[in-house]
Amino acid sequence: MSQSLIAAGGPQVSGALSPTLRVKGVTKVFGHHDTRTVALQDVNLEVFPGEFVTVVGASGCGKSTLLNLVANLEKPTTGEIEVGGQVAFMFQEATLLPWLTARRNIELALRLHGVPRADRATRAEDLLETVRLSGMADKRPHELSGGMRQRVALARVLAQEAEVVLMDEPLGALDAMTRDHMHDEIERVWERHKFCVLFVTHNMREAVRLADRVVLMTSSPGRVKLDQRITIPRPRRIDSAEVAELASELTEALREEVAAHVA
Amino acid sequence: MSLDVAEPQTQTDAPAVVVHRRPAAVRWAAAAWAWVWPKALAVAIVVGFWQFLFLIEWRPPFVLPSPSTVFSSLGDLATTSRFWDSVSTTLQRAAVGYLTALLIGSFIGIAVSRIRTLRLAIGSLITGLQTMPSIAWFPFAIVVFGGTENAIYFVVVLGAAPSIANGIIAGIDHVPPSYVRLGKVMGARNLSLYRHVVLPAALPSYVAGLSQGWAFAWRSLMAGELLVLALGVTSVGASLDFARQLNHMDEVIAWMIVILVIGMIADTIFTGMSRTIRRRRGLAIDD
Repeated sequence: MSQSLIAAGGPQVSGALSPTLRVKGVTKVFGHHDTRTVALQDVNLEVFPGEFVTVVGASGCGKSTLLNLVANLEKPTTGEIEVGGQVAFMFQEATLLPWLTARRNIELALRLHGVPRADRATRAEDLLETVRLSGMADKRPHELSGGMRQRVALARVLAQEAEVVLMDEPLGALDAMTRDHMHDEIERVWERHKFCVLFVTHNMREAVRLADRVVLMTSSPGRVKLDQRITIPRPRRIDSAEVAELASELTEALREEVAAHVA
Repeated sequence: MSLDVAEPQTQTDAPAVVVHRRPAAVRWAAAAWAWVWPKALAVAIVVGFWQFLFLIEWRPPFVLPSPSTVFSSLGDLATTSRFWDSVSTTLQRAAVGYLTALLIGSFIGIAVSRIRTLRLAIGSLITGLQTMPSIAWFPFAIVVFGGTENAIYFVVVLGAAPSIANGIIAGIDHVPPSYVRLGKVMGARNLSLYRHVVLPAALPSYVAGLSQGWAFAWRSLMAGELLVLALGVTSVGASLDFARQLNHMDEVIAWMIVILVIGMIADTIFTGMSRTIRRRRGLAIDD
């Protein structure tokens, strides 16, 4: 059974295309001597144009570190990261600047992206329209629900016209219903704009629901254990039998790794 | 694809409960009354106690005049040009001294928060200066600057600038790292990061520093005007001292009321600023 679903992983299907994002032999060490922790060890990963990759692992496996390295917020200790294009980031917390309205948050992203002043208002309007929040333009973040805030964050990501979008458990703080809706929303925007996504989560079903490929990581040190292509046709539902079955198989695979590691 | 399931938006769209609104004028009057009556009551209690002390002749009337005498003196004073000259001189000094402190304090604050060595050098000095009573500077200032306005400005700036600097330093130190990270991934660097993320995030603390700085500036200015009687220029402090020398206690108290009221007006402005900022960020409860 597991053989039929978990085929040999890897992104061979992408064939001749060159990857938008390439992580080559990256190791990241924090601290020195006594406090030394290896967050990532020899991580290799390629993400091809338009691909949706989810990274799953137990806490402390260096998932967030990996995204920070790709976003150039931190430098790898050894190894190389090549990113072919602008990078945008979507966080779980503090997704928006609280002193700016939804519109202004997006306009700031446009401004920092170099969009001339005259075009910003219309562009912001269009982007809010894209995430279906036109009526909320002049609300401040604290006046929006968690789901709405994440939709504004999604619009802001679009404002940056990024080729690579990093999402660090962006839906972790949302309730199940809103999260389900956000999956549709992210998928719709992704299918329309064709950026590639590196989406970190610890929710296996969410990972399977969204991904073209699921990358499993183990912790201490963080390593890539499995790179699994998901062939379930879209549109998918998080509560469908196929998603549930594959998710539990992958969870089992990850659990075996963790058990082997702990023992 | 199930795109059409809109997220519930009840919290902002079409309120379910229709509120029957009273006419605007009525609501305005109600709000004004709610704002005024606690203050009016407090004033009434103080004035009542004062009247009581006057009636039992706790001190002779020429030392502690009745409230009505003082308020009528205040009314008389307010018709004189000397009164308005004094107030305008003092307010001008306050404005010049405070704005100078604002510029210096903000500049030092940003510099200290940016430059590590500078922080090690003068970080604790700023806090030390802040706790030093400004009046202790006057003997020095009077000798160095003579009996001129510069002595007053020197002490006002020394009184206010450390609070303002500390406000901005604390604000920048406590900017949540997540906002900085957010700014960076949007492409903000150095100057633009400061302008669009760090400084706005530090604003509430900066305003608190501005407010405290004003309190110190106003105290230093009053001390200065009482101690440095610059060239016979009329000012609030000089008028207060002049009235004391003539034993006009009703005028002394009248001038004290003027000092108090100016201080309260300034405080209302700062409190309003701080409230607006906190409300915009969802940090205050709307009433």
